[in-house]
Parts: sequence; C-alpha cells; structure tokens
Amino acid sequence: MERTFKIFRYDPEKNGKPHFQTYKLDCPSGCTVLDALYNIKGELDGTLTYRRSCRSGICGSCGMKINGINCLACKTQVEFLKGKVIYVEPLPGFPILRDLVIDLEPFWEKFEAIKPYLINNSKPPTTERYQSEEDQLKIEEASWCILCNCCTSSCPSFWANKEYLGPAALLKAYRFVFDSRDQGAEERYRMLNTRSGLWRCHTIFNCMDACPQDINITDYISQLKTRIVSERY
Amino acid sequence: MTHKHDVIIIGSGLAGLRAALEVGKVADVAVLTKLYPSRSHSGAAQGGIAATLKNVDSDDCVEFHIFDTVKGSDYLGDQDAIENMCNEAPEVVYETEHMGVPYSRTEDGKIHQRKFGGHSLNHGKVAVRRSCYAADYTGHVLLHTFYEQCIKNQVRFYNEFQAMSLLVKDNVCQGFVAWDIINGGLHVFHAKAVMFATGGYGRAFKITSNAHSSTGDGLSLCTRVGLPIEDMEFVQFHPTGLYKQGILVSEGARGEGAYLLNGQNERFMERYAPTLMELAPRDMIARAIQTELLEGRGCGPNKDHVYLDIRHLGEAKITAVIPQIKGLCLDFAAIDPIKEPIPIQPTAHYSMGGIPVTVDGRVIYDAKNSIVEGLYAAGECACVSVHGANRLGTNSLLDAAANGRRTGKAICADVGKLKHSELPDNPMKAAQDEMNRVLGGTGKEKVIRIRHDLRDSMEENCGVFRTSEKLTKQKQILKDLHERFRHIKIDDKAKIFNSDLMEAIELEHMLEFCEVIVEGALNRNESRGGHSRTDFPKRDDDNWLKHTMAWRGEDGKITFDYKPVIIKNYQPMERKY
Repeated sequence: MERTFKIFRYDPEKNGKPHFQTYKLDCPSGCTVLDALYNIKGELDGTLTYRRSCRSGICGSCGMKINGINCLACKTQVEFLKGKVIYVEPLPGFPILRDLVIDLEPFWEKFEAIKPYLINNSKPPTTERYQSEEDQLKIEEASWCILCNCCTSSCPSFWANKEYLGPAALLKAYRFVFDSRDQGAEERYRMLNTRSGLWRCHTIFNCMDACPQDINITDYISQLKTRIVSERY
Repeated sequence: MTHKHDVIIIGSGLAGLRAALEVGKVADVAVLTKLYPSRSHSGAAQGGIAATLKNVDSDDCVEFHIFDTVKGSDYLGDQDAIENMCNEAPEVVYETEHMGVPYSRTEDGKIHQRKFGGHSLNHGKVAVRRSCYAADYTGHVLLHTFYEQCIKNQVRFYNEFQAMSLLVKDNVCQGFVAWDIINGGLHVFHAKAVMFATGGYGRAFKITSNAHSSTGDGLSLCTRVGLPIEDMEFVQFHPTGLYKQGILVSEGARGEGAYLLNGQNERFMERYAPTLMELAPRDMIARAIQTELLEGRGCGPNKDHVYLDIRHLGEAKITAVIPQIKGLCLDFAAIDPIKEPIPIQPTAHYSMGGIPVTVDGRVIYDAKNSIVEGLYAAGECACVSVHGANRLGTNSLLDAAANGRRTGKAICADVGKLKHSELPDNPMKAAQDEMNRVLGGTGKEKVIRIRHDLRDSMEENCGVFRTSEKLTKQKQILKDLHERFRHIKIDDKAKIFNSDLMEAIELEHMLEFCEVIVEGALNRNESRGGHSRTDFPKRDDDNWLKHTMAWRGEDGKITFDYKPVIIKNYQPMERKY
C-alpha cells in the first residue's frame, strides 16, 4: 500500500532552512519505518540521512520521532500508523547535525556523569559475587536500557533545562544504586542530589511512554528519590 | 589530522572492549568504532556465554566443553586454541560478573546456567546446563558492562569513525586511516599496535540475523594490503531466524525446552539427531530444516518455513527467562508466542572464518604462522580457530571475551618492544582515492540494487546447501556485480554524515570478501560443519582436514594455501548427536 512520508530535512552545508520533504512509497505488510527509510534512501533520495544498525530493537541507533512519538524506527510497523501522512523527525531537544541525525554528545555526557559502572573496591572472590534472585530482579529490567535516548529527548523537564541529567542517566544511576554488589551510592548521590539532578523529574511519565523496552523508568526514578530522602534526610 | 596512540582497536564490540580494558592497564589505548560502543552487534547475542561453572549441573567439566567444541567444529577447530578458551572460560565469566554483569541467579545466588545446542555431559550423552545467562539479554548486558568499565578506566573513544585503509609495510603495521563520519575528512591513526575487532559479515546474505553494519569491513581491509583470510567458506546459518526477517530467535528458547515442528506437526529433529534433538549443533539443525522445506514438509501456504513452539513453556516462564523473544515476535512478526508457534527459517548468523591469528591473537601472513608485527585481531572477525567449521551456541560471546582478553594480554606483552613505525609519505592516498572514486562515480547503477542482487544471490547459491554448479554461477554473478559497482552513482556529495558514501564503501567490502567465500566453497570438495556440498556430501579428512588460507589480489584473483589443523586429544570421528 502506498504511504506518504513527510520527513524532516536539514543540511548544514546548504543554506536552506529545515523543512519537511514528501516521499511516497509502497509499504507492504510487515514494512517498518526503518525499512521505509532504507528504501527511500536507496531508491528515491540517497541524501536522506539517518542512523541505524541492528534493525531488531537492541542497538538503540534509530530513535526518532514518528507521528509525534519518540520510538525506534525499526520497531514501528508502517501499517499500524494512523493518518494519511507519516511524519518522521529527529528526536527533540538535541542539536541537529543533519536530517534525522542528532548530536548525542550531551546525552553521553549525562550518562557518564552519574558514574555508570559498578563501584566495588573490595577484592573480588575467586568465583562470582553472590546475589539473591530477589536482588537481581531489582536491577534486571533497568539493565535492559539500550541508550536510545527516546526517553530523555521526550522529557519536558529536559527540554526546559538542558543541564538536567534526564531519565536515561537516572535509570542507569538506579541500576547501580540498587545493585546489591555496588558501593558507590554516596558518590552518585553527589551528582543526583543537585539542582539539575533527580529533583527535576516531575513524574510526567513521558519517558515511560517513549521507552521501546517498556522499562518503568519513572518508577525507578521515584525509588531513587525515596532512597536518597530516607538515607540523607 | 594525525592521532598517535600506543594501541588502537578498531571495533567496539565485546572483543574490542575487553582487549581495551586489558591494554589500558599498561599503555595508552583508543577504540575506534563506526557506531557508538553500545550499538555494536555483540549486544544482539541473547542466550548466554559458555563456561563450566557447574552452578547447576555439578557433573560438568572443562574437558567436556573442550570435546563438545572440537566435535561441534567438525574437527576443523584448532585444539590448542579451544583448550585455551574452555580452560579460561570460568575465570573470564567470573571477571565479567565482578565488573557488574547482572546475570540471572540460581536460588543460592550463583550465576544461572541453561542448556544450549551441542553442549553435553560425557561426550554427547545428555544436554548440559553450561550457558551462563542474563535472561535473553546476555550479549547486551556484557557489551554494556564492558563499555561501562571502559568509561571507568577512561578509555579514549573515536565514535562514528570508519576505518578506510590499513598501513602495513614489510609485514609491519604502522597504523591506519579512518574517516570521520560526522564531520567528514580523513584522519591518520599512528600506533605501535593495531587490533581488529570488526565483527562478522552476515549482511552479505539476504536472510540474516546481523546488523546493517555487519559488513565485514575488517576482512577486506586486510586482503587489500596483501594479507590472507582464513576459512571464509564456513558461514553459520542459525536455524531459528524469524521468518522473512532473519532476526535472531535465541537458541536459548530451545535450551529452555522449545520444539521444532514441520508442516505435519512432527518434531522432525527425531530423524536427524535422536539424542540431542533440538539441542543438536546449529549446522545440523539448519540442514534439517532446509531438508524439510526442500522435501515439501514446510509450514504455511508456500511451505517455506517451520515452527518453533514455545507455548508449552507457559507465560510465566517465557516472560521470566526469554522476554526479548516474546517482544521480538510481537514487534516484528505480529505473533504472540505464548499463543501461537513462531515461524522461523535459517538465517546467516556467524562467520567462522576471518583474519588468521595465532592462539594469542597475533595476525599471521602465511601458512607458517609468520607474524605481522603490531597487528592483532579477535572476536568474530578473527579465525583462531576455535570454531572450525561450525560454532556452538554461547561459544561466540566466550570467544569474544576470552580471546579479546588474551589478545589484550599479548598486546601488553609486546607493546614495550614495539615502536611507532615511520608512516609512508602520503598515508591517506588509498583512502582518499577510494572516496574520490565512489563520490565521483557518474554511472547509472544504484548501490541498493547491487546490494540486493548480492544478498539474494549469495543466499541462493552459497547458502545452507551448495553445489559446484551453483557456486560457479555465483562466481560469475560476483564478477558482474563488481563490474556494475564500477558504474555506480551516489546522490550524496556532502561532508557531514554522508551515509550514502558509507553504504557504497561497505558494499565494496562485501563484494570483495564474498569472492573469497564463494571460491573457497567451490574449492573445498567436501561437506564439513557449516559448509555443505550436496555434490560432495561426506567429510573428507584425507584431503580436507586443513584450513583454507586465501589471498585476494588487486585484480580479484584468489590464491589459496593451506594450514594444518592442530589436533591434540581428539582424533576426528563421525559426528552424531
């Protein structure tokens, strides 16, 4: 079935302003938005620029805004998109490098700021460190984050203040603070318990709507808030 | 611009990152990737990483793991390298746990383990739980944990840089040239040691589990400077790719008890591997499925797929232990696997062949194991060879982690003696010429069409079952595709993020190494592991118990030499499961 795509275009090497370009493409059942972009690029317009890799929802490259919703292009089936026109735009709130490609450096800076790694300075045993099933389940879902940036770029608190760490970084902080093997909570609280930290989360839930992994991000951020309050105040 | 580091690793998957962690202890190390580290395809591995921890099955032992890997390789694996990998496996896995990998846990808090194809107790008697897992996100959490540790250890990353040409003179590596994808422009990377960890080449096939980025660039970068590649004819077709999509449905599903059913609702593996059934090695199951399809026992109106049935596992177990599979079925096949069987077909999955290296990851340039100074490789792009003619499930994450670590240690041992070799006068020439040629093309051919024709024809003529006739045909098709590539025209001439140019460059890599795959397959007149010739259906140890070393000349001519297989404790036997 032929569908109409209006795709955000911006080429910094040309003086033209950002604009939407219209493409029409036949999209059989099962065609994802990523498949459509691939065919538009291959057959109609090689200058259309976007990121992609695994096309199976695990690498996090193809986060974009499709009909107003942040999601992965590879996981979005064209036939389930309503409306005459399918709008495809870059994830909002980040500098645009070209077309659907955004500058991710601000995203990675926040990710690195919360010390996204296990901190445990005790000498490891000769086998594994033990962890109960219950403790592992606390961090399991949070560890499935693919760093696609659909959540942070959907967050109104982030749009309002670009210093805000944002949900992806906070989720990663949760994943380590709540890991029974981690000893770095205090170090992370110093980053989290600031003006641009945890308290800028206003429980808007956009991150959860956007998350292609269906992770309960807002819930985990709330648990972090509770933990800090109970330990610090 | 020239960047100088002691050691630079090309590729940020499991092998590259694990080596970086090792090298970072003693030297200045940088990692270069055409994506971002967390986007690497190691993250798509689902089911687990093999190690005889004995957390669930206490009767397991390293010797069984070694035997299973040797037998799984159809006796083409080098037994010294296999011994190293299996012996080191428990320590390698414990280290990943210490780094923070959130493994699923047993009731007593240990790393959980599940069954996987070809892994058994007592040399094939019964399937064993040897695969250490984190639900069906094992590759993902390993990749992310290694990346996290690299951040902790301040490893320098060059993200979104495409390696363009290797600088090697007189069998000494000087560095390489890479293209800054975001800003445009070429950069010279000058290093004492360069390591390839550039992954596999599944994208050369129509149905594949591999990422768009898995275009095997590292292999042709080597052949272009006169280095050989090894055993390229051995491509693994994973039995359970999602129908039409090829997306991986983990063997972990069968490890947890899933069945394979044909169009007559029959568990057909009974006829092919009566003991291990659905947990036989991948090459055998892929052939079994293909045979069912060829003999008209497939499912659906076109009888072109079979079913993987997980319904009997129940919703609770499916959601707990293989949640990603459930999501993939819903998102990509509109199938709820709790209620319906999953349509599957074999999918090009893993490259057993690759850049030939010693057991410590040092790249070699001939069949006598002569070493290229300052050049290393590990992971899927390398051929150690621990997988021989067929890799066992969960041995790939192990190979990447164990041999990434081992290669990192070898670099640590060498780096003090290595120096920054003098660069050639115009190091960027080859890369600049390539870019100018592709950007300046004025023909009528489209990259996407050549790529489709390449992938379709490789699937058709160099897939699960091969014949002399089909391979000869494919050899000619590749010649034609190469000729068409000379007449491409790309639309995009921009500097910033020119992915049109990128896709053309990746396509040329695929065209080049596919010639080596096809001619290697045509050359090898036997059936062994992932290479199955219906005109030579038997394994031929008298003539072919040896590794293929292939050189591709600038004119496209392929020449071969052979390297003996290292046999230690296990003489080749008939392979039954």
